[in-house]
Amino acid sequence: MHDQLRLTIDGVNVTVPQGSTVKDAIEATNQSVPTLCWHENLEPANACRACVVELKGSRVLVASCSRAAEDGMEIQTTTERVLNSRKLVAELLMSTSNADLAFDLQHLAEITGANPGRFSGGATWERPLQDDNSLYVRDMAKCILCYRCVQACGEDAQNTFAISVAGRGFEAHIDAGFGRELPESDCVYCGNCVAVCPTGALIGKTEWNLRQEGRWNEEGLTRTDTICSYCGVGCALTLHVLDNRIVKVTSPADHPVTHGMLCVKGRYGYEFAQVEGE
Amino acid sequence: MPEVRRLLPESTCRSDPASPARFTERGWDRAMERALSMDPDEIIADVKASGIKGRGGAAFPTGVKWESVKKALGDMRYVVMNADESELGTFKDRALLQQDPLGALVGVLIAAHAVDAQKAYCYIRGEYRQAEGRLKDALGTLRQLGWVGPNGVDIEIRRGAGAYIAGEETALLNSIEGKRAEPRVKPPFPTNQGLWGRPTLIQNVETLANVAVLLAHDVNWFKEYGSSDTSGTKLIGLSGHVRRPGVYEVPFGYPLANLLNDSDLGGGVAGSQRLGAILIGGAAGTFLSSDEINDSVLDYASLARYGANIGSGALMVFDDTVDLRWVLRKLARFFSDESCGQCVPCRIGTRRVLELIEHGGLTTRQDDLRELSQAMRDASICGLGQTAPVALLSLLDRPDLIQG
Amino acid sequence: MGLTAVFGSGAGTSSYEDFHRTAFILLVGSNAAEAHPIIFHHIMKGVKNGAEMVVVDPRQTLTTKKAHEHVRIAVGSDIALVNAMAHVIIRDGLYHKEFVEHATEGFEAFAESVSTWTAERASLVTGIAADRIESLARRYAAAPTCMIAWTLGITEHHNAVDNVRGLINLALLCGNVGRSGSGLNPLRGQNNVQGGGDMGALPGRLPGFQDITDPDVRHKFEAAWGTLISKVPGYDQTQMFHAMEENRLKGLFVIGENPVQSDANSRLVRRLLSDLDALVVQDIFMTPTAELADVVFPAFVSFAESEGTYTNSERRVQRVKAARKAPGEARDDLWILASLARSMGHDWPILGAQALFDEMRRLTINFRGITYERMEKLRGMQWPVYDENHPGSSVLHERLWQSDPGPKAPFAVVDWEPPVEGLSSEYPFLLTTGRRLAFFNTGVQSNVYDHPHKIGEWMELHPKDAMDLGIQDGEIIAVESKRGRVQVPAYYSEAVSPGTVFMSLHFPDEVTTNDLTIDATDPQSGTAEFKAAAVRLSRLDEAAGKEA
Ligand SMILES: Cc1cc2nc3c(=O)[nH]c(=O)nc-3n(C[C@H](O)[C@H](O)[C@H](O)COP(=O)(O)O)c2cc1C
Ligand code: SF4
Ligand code: SF4
Ligand code: SF4
Repeated sequence: MHDQLRLTIDGVNVTVPQGSTVKDAIEATNQSVPTLCWHENLEPANACRACVVELKGSRVLVASCSRAAEDGMEIQTTTERVLNSRKLVAELLMSTSNADLAFDLQHLAEITGANPGRFSGGATWERPLQDDNSLYVRDMAKCILCYRCVQACGEDAQNTFAISVAGRGFEAHIDAGFGRELPESDCVYCGNCVAVCPTGALIGKTEWNLRQEGRWNEEGLTRTDTICSYCGVGCALTLHVLDNRIVKVTSPADHPVTHGMLCVKGRYGYEFAQVEGE
Repeated sequence: MPEVRRLLPESTCRSDPASPARFTERGWDRAMERALSMDPDEIIADVKASGIKGRGGAAFPTGVKWESVKKALGDMRYVVMNADESELGTFKDRALLQQDPLGALVGVLIAAHAVDAQKAYCYIRGEYRQAEGRLKDALGTLRQLGWVGPNGVDIEIRRGAGAYIAGEETALLNSIEGKRAEPRVKPPFPTNQGLWGRPTLIQNVETLANVAVLLAHDVNWFKEYGSSDTSGTKLIGLSGHVRRPGVYEVPFGYPLANLLNDSDLGGGVAGSQRLGAILIGGAAGTFLSSDEINDSVLDYASLARYGANIGSGALMVFDDTVDLRWVLRKLARFFSDESCGQCVPCRIGTRRVLELIEHGGLTTRQDDLRELSQAMRDASICGLGQTAPVALLSLLDRPDLIQG
Repeated sequence: MGLTAVFGSGAGTSSYEDFHRTAFILLVGSNAAEAHPIIFHHIMKGVKNGAEMVVVDPRQTLTTKKAHEHVRIAVGSDIALVNAMAHVIIRDGLYHKEFVEHATEGFEAFAESVSTWTAERASLVTGIAADRIESLARRYAAAPTCMIAWTLGITEHHNAVDNVRGLINLALLCGNVGRSGSGLNPLRGQNNVQGGGDMGALPGRLPGFQDITDPDVRHKFEAAWGTLISKVPGYDQTQMFHAMEENRLKGLFVIGENPVQSDANSRLVRRLLSDLDALVVQDIFMTPTAELADVVFPAFVSFAESEGTYTNSERRVQRVKAARKAPGEARDDLWILASLARSMGHDWPILGAQALFDEMRRLTINFRGITYERMEKLRGMQWPVYDENHPGSSVLHERLWQSDPGPKAPFAVVDWEPPVEGLSSEYPFLLTTGRRLAFFNTGVQSNVYDHPHKIGEWMELHPKDAMDLGIQDGEIIAVESKRGRVQVPAYYSEAVSPGTVFMSLHFPDEVTTNDLTIDATDPQSGTAEFKAAAVRLSRLDEAAGKEA
């Protein structure tokens, strides 16, 4: 067995360890690979297809985020087919979902020269906001069905399985607990789905309120890494502070304790730190 | 030449299709005894030598697939018979299961013996209640005769989830595992990681029936029918504007025109009686003009010249009065309804194709349709999204067919 | 406590990642899915990788629902189970003979002590069928590696240390300590319990678990601090309350604790604190304890307003940083302590957290190689870290597997005793307490945010018991123990067994559960028996009827 694999990426030789993906190999040549659904701590969902590349000998393009690298693979990342597929992915999503807070999608559209309006005018994912609890809001008109929340709530982190996909085709959508309202579902409000959502379809209530009021201000935000004050697990927290108030809590995705995941206390139980003289 | 009877029983066969009498009448006892007396590798060698290719649509060489499953590492192996048959215009597996359910099951047992599988599933389309009943009876007969049971291979029947996508092999596996019927990415292929991560052989009903007749005879006998490229016979589902729609068994290499016109086959074009086009290969098939039809035989290489494929063997005939744009809209709606919704190119792409076609895009938005089609073919996860634009592209490439 | 006695340091021996690579996970009295959700993620990674998970818990919880086997044990009978498992393993010769020989001592006496603990006998005490105990013991012994973890379900009993020793015995028997994928792991209930112990906030210990009765240790610290250190260990919390009761202790300085609500038998606690000559409380809130104080020092919110470190349950020392400015007159804990000393005439410098940490690094071995820079870069470090090139220790006590195992790990003879308070016809129900996912301890932190499941305290009552007593689902009932009485809504729940009821401590302002619990404490660790109190339940109209 080789423990090193040799591939060529756009004609450049690269060597990566066994167990790497094609994406890893591409990144080893200092190129970046656009992705929407891929997340470092989740199993690849393979849904967005933004990371496709051309593999010699393969009839169709392959998803580089999940395809295991093999010795001798020849990969092309900038062929017309690759660029066309990536551009189309951006255009199709932009014709469907509200991309206001989908920064990765906006970026994909930009680098592929997508025309966001090309396929618009048809059906969209316009639907009412679901604002049924005080911790987070669901604005599914923004969802791109990347499956990250399903996986974070399920096997890859939370093991609660409150979120699934229901419906088929264009009607396929994220569903928390068979159409029930969130408070009646199995949801435990850990907010790990919110943490991995790349589009703002799932968003903390505080952030959402501030954005509605036009008071969310990236420049004014400070982010400080500290440790949760509740139980003895010792999760790393990143406190997002605006005007001396904690407005959001996340955890570094590369932290060995959390892998970016928190429980409800760590993520939302911070208000006690700022109840001042009330 | 009259219709062949190999996979389908002779019309003189009068015994109950699921009975022990039928079992011997069709030679399945011979097939089973031969198979069990052979070394599994010998069986695989015979299947390879016979040239049998998958009849579910992809025409992958069957023996090669068996070899991969046999070689794959695992403490447990499975065989799955794919009887989900939901392709438009396809109804040949139903005919086969109703007329001769034992044959396909014998194929399952031989396959299990050859790849060393301990358990098999028959995944049958939910609406096929009658065929399912036959299959159950046949299974009972095999149990009674001692071919199926706790000491050998166990076979379980699973009813399909009522979705076209569930026929895609990896979606089917997810469905058997109790998950949502969504295709998995390949590789890993089911031959290596199938049901519950174990090596799994998935085969169409008709493919398995071919194996049964092969083992009931031998390779030379099997090759007596067919072309030099593809041996054996194929079940064809003829529908649309033909006088005698139905399921026919014909040898590979048979001229398409004869298939439509022979008196014991299609019996000629119905409707206006003037051939407009055919759609060969189901919803994801290709439209062929009458010239192309007259120039083609039922074989992969011959059809490939026109970008067409036999697929599952669905052949829909349209007389010259049919507006193929209307047909295309139906097909587009089918894909948009049946996409599992997992990947972007197919989930949204099938919907946009439908919308564009409905709004005259076939003439005004051809470039957009072509680019979109290309992305769907290139970047969709599974065969559904990859082939959904095939019929559309075949019409865009044959403007004559839509100017009528 | 149990761990310190056996291995010399009181800390979990593994890393969270060891759950990923173990073959067997034994959770005893731990509802990790709710009390330690992020450790539970690691546990479930192990399960996904093929580990078998067995959860021993009297109650059905989110954790037991994910287990391969839920061993529903009678409250307070863990030692009987563990002894019977050991019995089976020794009887059938399934223990790790080389390891026992090489790295442990006291095996003979231990084997002798469990010889009468047959599965049948344990079955009578635990309520678990004998064949299940046998099977569990054999599966445990056959697993090549095992992670054992426990929480308050084990330690909040009057015999807490014995419980822990029982689990240690089990690990020693099969060599499940000191190697990758195997270990003993107390899951700490509060964020810095481990850190407090690390820093010497234990009556008999100086920083780094150094023994205060050891003259060399004392001299080292005396030299560094320029002051004499008493060789007599201080009081633990239970001893303090005893001393207050006997009027030997007249002043108390409470930092960041809320004993009026968090301690068992809260009525007694309240009285004792009120009777003190002086009570000083340093806290971020005006807690009910602070309300009794003569002086209150408002402090920074540690995790968000001050600098320092916390140590977690895998011994990872991590940086805590100020993210916002504290309001009003609040001050940093360090500043308050040093200023207090200064105003009492001692010349304490007002040091920053880092300077203090560096001092501690010099005085201990465990932390010597942990610098603020390394913590930042490596996302915390797991002690011991012997020097600035040492990578930290993901597993403790690997020495037990080396040719020179060092001090041998002793088995302990532990025997089962029934919970202190037996059930009687007057108090026929067993009340056990625990945590709920969204809330925390006495709720001073967790009751501030608006959680959708926040409906206040409730009791989990088995429907069968409820029917017998004619109690409706959701009805407010009276609960009485020998010590107190509360009113609480009772909801039907199959999560508890008939005869047992469950409540949390999270909403003491509405329902003072600790008015019911019992302050019998473990003589060795000073932990109170929160987990088993005898109570009676009655409908309010009946209770009223009786009073009338
Ligand atoms: C969308 C879709 C639907 C399919 N439906 C069927 C089906 O109903 N029956 C079938 O045998 N194969 C179906 N297939 C093909 C299977 O994926 C697979 O190739 C086949 O079962 C393999 O058997 P064979 O080699 O014997 O043809 C379908 C494929 C796709 C992409
Ligand atoms: S809600 Fe967010 S995370 Fe979930 S599928 Fe939609 S975009 Fe992805
Ligand atoms: S986030 Fe949850 S699990 Fe992590 S330390 Fe905080 S309370 Fe514990
Ligand atoms: S191509 Fe279509 S059917 Fe296939 S996985 Fe993608 S969305 Fe599902």
